[in-house]
Amino acid sequence: MTDFEQKVDETMKMGLQIVKETEEDRLMTLSVGPQHPGSGHFRFTVKVDGDYIVYCDPDPGYVHRGEEKMSEYRNFIQNIPHLERPVIHDSNNITYSYSLAVEELVNIEVPRRGQYIRALASELNRQVYTLYWLAIYGIFLGHSTMFMWPTGDRELFIDLLEALTGARVTHAFNIPGGVRNDIPEGFKDRCLRQIAYFEKRLVEYEDIFYNNPLFRQRTEGVGTLSKEDAIRLGVTGSVVRASGVPFDVRKVEPYDIYNEIDFKVQYMKSGDSFARSMVPFFDMRESCHIMRQLLDKMPPTGEVRTKLQPNPKGPAGESYKRVESGRGALGYYIISDGSPKPYRVKISVGSFRNMLALPFLLIGSKLGDMPSIYWSLNYWPVEADR
Amino acid sequence: MASAPQDFRFGNFVGSIVWLVFWILIIVTLIGLPLIFITLFYVPLPPVNGEVLTPYLFFSMMVDPSRTLPIIKFLIHTDIFRVAVFPGFSYAALIAAATIFIERKFLAKMQLRIGPLYAGKIEGILQLIADGLKLISKEIIIPSGADKPIFWATPIAFVATAAAVVALIPVAPGWVVANVNVGLIATFAFLGFFPLFALLFSWASNSKYPFIGGLRALHQMIAFEIPFILSALPVVILSGSLNLSDIGSAQHPFWFIFFLPISAFVFFISSLAELERIPFDLPEAESEIVAGWLTETSGMIYGLLQLGTYVKLYALAALFVILFLGGWTGPQIFPMELTPGYTGVKIYNAVTVNAAFWFTIKTLGVIMLMLLPRGINPRIRIDILLHTGWYKLIVLSFINIFIALGLVYGGILGPGGLLPG
Repeated sequence: MTDFEQKVDETMKMGLQIVKETEEDRLMTLSVGPQHPGSGHFRFTVKVDGDYIVYCDPDPGYVHRGEEKMSEYRNFIQNIPHLERPVIHDSNNITYSYSLAVEELVNIEVPRRGQYIRALASELNRQVYTLYWLAIYGIFLGHSTMFMWPTGDRELFIDLLEALTGARVTHAFNIPGGVRNDIPEGFKDRCLRQIAYFEKRLVEYEDIFYNNPLFRQRTEGVGTLSKEDAIRLGVTGSVVRASGVPFDVRKVEPYDIYNEIDFKVQYMKSGDSFARSMVPFFDMRESCHIMRQLLDKMPPTGEVRTKLQPNPKGPAGESYKRVESGRGALGYYIISDGSPKPYRVKISVGSFRNMLALPFLLIGSKLGDMPSIYWSLNYWPVEADR
Repeated sequence: MASAPQDFRFGNFVGSIVWLVFWILIIVTLIGLPLIFITLFYVPLPPVNGEVLTPYLFFSMMVDPSRTLPIIKFLIHTDIFRVAVFPGFSYAALIAAATIFIERKFLAKMQLRIGPLYAGKIEGILQLIADGLKLISKEIIIPSGADKPIFWATPIAFVATAAAVVALIPVAPGWVVANVNVGLIATFAFLGFFPLFALLFSWASNSKYPFIGGLRALHQMIAFEIPFILSALPVVILSGSLNLSDIGSAQHPFWFIFFLPISAFVFFISSLAELERIPFDLPEAESEIVAGWLTETSGMIYGLLQLGTYVKLYALAALFVILFLGGWTGPQIFPMELTPGYTGVKIYNAVTVNAAFWFTIKTLGVIMLMLLPRGINPRIRIDILLHTGWYKLIVLSFINIFIALGLVYGGILGPGGLLPG
């Protein structure tokens, strides 16, 4: 037994011991979700002793749709619209790694302009997702302005994506071989204007939310996840970066054109709720930077999509590709038996891995810290259930 | 767009309204009018302008404008008018209603949205009436196993207690429902009931989230009650009175907030905590305990508790104005003489109207300040809250008590002091 396993064991035992030692009357079992404003489509049971949480049992699966099994009955192209359903507000990222994996299986190249448009759509969608996450984080902490501002600014990115793809949320834009259509006229100027406006807004977010002393009091030093624990629990995305691990798939194993882009991996060292809420904010800022470069370096003309056969299929084999989504590494493992339909699709999502840290952080903390810890884990219940 | 139900018939709709009007008329004529006349027969009617007021005279005066004024004057000076209308409940409820509307529009402007827009054509000004009608028409659900009598009684007692605080607030010189010599202490005594109501209601709901919310309310209000009272003490030291009317008139040239800024700050923070407004809305913390002690409320029970909360908001803002902002004092802006030509009767008391005007303006200003934190602050955590209440605010309020004592003993303020007042 490694020392880390021992620590997990001790944490759980500590919880159970408190449960055993105190009288049963002292403890109150609270069911947080699915009918609770602080949970989403997710349920976890906590036992509280006074104000302290002594036991936590996450219970996901309320929105399980069987995406993986569904994928086995459709061909590679038909799979796209339903595979983006788990995270409709980050749909370009969840279809991105699928497209990459299928491209490796059927062995095709994406045109350079297509790669750039794909990355641009992915970054735009990251903003949409992160703003939504930030809005919910604000309202979880009782900050109603921080709910309204990001949801309002998110609309502008949604409008951009609508102009680009034709749909507000479920874009189905990335397909094996490139993207569905070219960018519309005047899109570059519009996008640059929006980025300039949004960078101004980010400063205002920092003023009203991140620099608010009450917010800092609530999140600093709360739910601290050390670097070692973060690595061993296998958390990903902003959670692992908040604990001091500069892990970003865009940097570590660059896909498409990300190796041509100059950007820094945003990370913090403290590993508390504050760092976990701050890293997505830095990511948004960095994402603006990336989008500018993408718009700059994009080839002005060219194909955006490699034509595929009507029913694309490749040789039997397997592929695994991952991208950096709003919630961390998002990978697809696809096995093909040579037919037009995948033999097996396995989606590895960041949400589910981040959820594993939830009982680890909640036990021993206060009930009042529950929302700030839970939502800082960058967890999207629908994606975790798939 | 809302659409009419499938089997909607306009004729049936009109018919039901006619039927309703018919029954109301029948009930009023058969029960209401006899009741009025029986009461008038037994009640000794007061003389107005030297004439004994009989029902016949009353009706004849109502149609003669030159004789209506004395009646109105007479009505205004009755106790029932004070309790029900002007310094009393209607005035407070009107300000509370205005507060709700202002809060919604003000927050909406802060958060880059529009707020209520459609009800009442102009900027959604009738939204509150629409909300009230909706709440009245909703079913009241009482959880099984709830303690029914307490569950019903608490919201009513909540509103009644909030109104009782309003009764002690003087709005203009001489315009107060109950002019009590220990008015300040009586106010705090009434405010002390609210944690009890929160706890009673949460206990009666027989549910977990209300229970935690009730306990939190109790913790929070006890932690903030002490700095709350302590911050009002220097005012008593400076004015030498516990009577709220005397405190108001004692700060004629200089408001107490100039001498007692720390107390005013502590009082403001404590009243936010007392009101469970946003940095301190732990008892209703949505993401943690659903809606706190209000979880099991529905329909008009919720409506009553909200009404009580906003009446309480008015009461505390008014108390702040009286203790620190000089009450009703302010420059005379209404003309002293304003008489309609043909009667020769003074139609209003310029001093009172001026005082009520300044009082209302100041109160609305303080209410706006109390609404502001909701737009810019997140919720505080319970241990930080208790720490703030017990450690920081109590110490701060003591500082200003010593300053006030120094001012009085140094002969600067108080009886025989350098500054008038």
